[in-house]
Amino acid sequence: MLDPYRIREDFPILERKINNYPLIYFDNAATTQKPRQVIEAIKEFYEKYNANVHRAVHTLSQEASELYENAHEEVANFINANGMEEIIFVRGTTEAINLVVYAWGLRNLKEGDEVLVTLMEHHSNIVPWEILSKINGFQVKYAEVNDDGTLNYEALENAISNKTKIFCLPHVSNVTGVINDVKRVTKIAHEYGSLVLVDGAQSVPHLPVDVKDLDVDLLAFSGHKMLGPTGLGALYGNREILEKMEPFHGGGEMIRQVTFNTMTRQCSISLNDLPWKFEAGTPNISGGVGLMAAIKYLKDIGMENVKAHEETLTEYAMHRMKECTKVRIYGPENVSVKCGIIPFIVDGVGSHDVALFFDNYGIMIRSGFHCAQPLHEKFKLKSSARASFYIYNTREEIDRFIEVLKEIEQF
Amino acid sequence: MSSVEDHVARIEETCGEEKDFVVIFKYNKKDEVITKILEKATVKKSVSRIIFELTFQSISFRLYGTGKAIFRNLKDKDELKNILADLLS
Repeated sequence: MLDPYRIREDFPILERKINNYPLIYFDNAATTQKPRQVIEAIKEFYEKYNANVHRAVHTLSQEASELYENAHEEVANFINANGMEEIIFVRGTTEAINLVVYAWGLRNLKEGDEVLVTLMEHHSNIVPWEILSKINGFQVKYAEVNDDGTLNYEALENAISNKTKIFCLPHVSNVTGVINDVKRVTKIAHEYGSLVLVDGAQSVPHLPVDVKDLDVDLLAFSGHKMLGPTGLGALYGNREILEKMEPFHGGGEMIRQVTFNTMTRQCSISLNDLPWKFEAGTPNISGGVGLMAAIKYLKDIGMENVKAHEETLTEYAMHRMKECTKVRIYGPENVSVKCGIIPFIVDGVGSHDVALFFDNYGIMIRSGFHCAQPLHEKFKLKSSARASFYIYNTREEIDRFIEVLKEIEQF
Repeated sequence: MSSVEDHVARIEETCGEEKDFVVIFKYNKKDEVITKILEKATVKKSVSRIIFELTFQSISFRLYGTGKAIFRNLKDKDELKNILADLLS
């Protein structure tokens, strides 16, 4: 079992007071706090190993390169990929999805083709496809969601066809916390010859994810949502698919040779190996080091324990929120099909007011659309408040949250 | 420096149909701002000095003891700035 009280000692920010109240951080779906181990790893990198990676012969560069490559290996191992060739470092989930859209979609999607996404998608898995569809002329279709926020698998089976070239879905909804049955939909999609791109931003940090078991083709996630630094995420891609994809960005690092032909006065280029083919320019080396430390931290705890802890907290919070008569929770009631995210509204009080009221007591929650407007429209909501939990949250914090929620109801 | 620039740290325009404006007043000026606003606006309701529901020039808004305020149903940021200028002058 996970001991949140012991874990909290590793997070310096949790010692902070906000508005004279102890900080309660329930905005983990947006970003997580960083343990001392991650902060120290980044500090140590800059104090001892900082140099640009690859192609330099000096000692510092070789040490930095080794650390950066080890970070790729650590990520690969964490999600059971075949190796670092299948892990591309990017700025985050959004950039990972955009990489797929432009490096794969731009060249493989044409008029008559369909991209299937879900209504529970984060905007980052809708907008890039919609933009490209205006250029390439393919259609973006939306798989239906049930009233409780779960994916409608029957509707999905009807929506998918031989025209579907890629099916995109979140592993876990960033609004409701619903865990989608990725294995099931991957099987359906593959029967139609479609690729599967999974937005793992809310799953990789919170539950065990095995890309081989799920049989996904592409998986995007962000380091900062799993204790790592901002500005570094990863795209997993099946090696065979990545080999066939053209680069996203051009520049240094992603190229092996640029030769100038003096007769034709043209340059010819040959691309670098995976994963560097997709990592143009000087990468976020310290970010990689930080993410490696974050993954080691999570592995020490055990992802099964992370999931179990969040499930316990979510069950307790949802149970106690029922004491509040003006509070409505969205998403499924069964906590075993969801992660630690609770969207809710308080009748008669706007979600931003709810968040500001909590802020007064040092409790950080999110309000708005959470970058998922289509799902809010499905729920007929103008916005919602969202509490989301992680490894350092406790039952006592939830008790305090409920006390304040009851106070908000009085307004 | 205008009264708005002098007292306001940030203005956040929230996403969604509601298009609320969240005004965050400068931390070191928040007590002064709250006093000024409470003098000028009419208090309709308050909860233990944490939250005040106010009206000013027929506009309803909420002010928080933490030095933040939410304005709704405004046309745009310019209208907000005009109201803030009047409230903070």
